[in-house]
Amino acid sequence: MTPVEWAIVGLALLGAFFGAVAAIGLIRMPDVYTRAHAASKSDTLGAVLTIAAVAVALQSDLSTVKSVFLLLFMFITNPTAAHAIARAAQDQGIEPWTTENEP
Amino acid sequence: MVEFATAMLAIAAAFVLFAVVALYRVYAGPTIHDRVIAVNVAGTNTVIAIALVAAAFEESVFLDVALVYALLNFLLSIAFSKFNVEHGGVL
Repeated sequence: MTPVEWAIVGLALLGAFFGAVAAIGLIRMPDVYTRAHAASKSDTLGAVLTIAAVAVALQSDLSTVKSVFLLLFMFITNPTAAHAIARAAQDQGIEPWTTENEP
Repeated sequence: MVEFATAMLAIAAAFVLFAVVALYRVYAGPTIHDRVIAVNVAGTNTVIAIALVAAAFEESVFLDVALVYALLNFLLSIAFSKFNVEHGGVL
C-alpha cells in the first residue's frame, strides 16, 4: 500500500474506534439522555472521520464532492436527530438518571 | 502485506458489527426513545459501511445510495420524535 492509502486506513480506523465508543456507550449507559449523549457525539465523529477517509480514497472529482456532501450532511443531521429525540423524551416526562437511583 | 480494498472491507465489517450491537438496545431498551436512538445509530453505521464499500470497490454509485439512506435515517428520527409526543402542534 502507498503512504496515502495508509493515511486513509488510519483515518478509517480512527473512525471505527469512535464507532466502537458509541456502541459501548449505547449498551453501558444508564438512561436515555446519557445514551443519546454517547450515541450522538461519538457516532458523529466516527462518521465524519470515516467518510473523510472515503473522500480521500475516491480519486475522481465528482465522488469526492459527493463524499464531502455526505460528510457535511451527517455532521448537521446526526446531532439534530439526537436533540429531537432527547427533547421528545423530556416532553414525555422521563426523569434524568442521578446517583440516587443507584441500588 | 494487506490489500487496500481488504482493509476497507474489514473496517466496513466492524461498522456492521457495531450496528448489530446497537440492535441489542432496540431489543432491550426500556423506553421508545432508547429504541429510536439505537435505530439511528444502526442507520448511521450502515451509511458508513456503504461509503466504505464504495471506497473499496471504487464505485461512486454507492455514494448515492449512502446519501439517500442518510436522508431516510434522519427523517425517521425526526418523524418518530415529533409525532410520538404532543408539542402543542406537530412540526
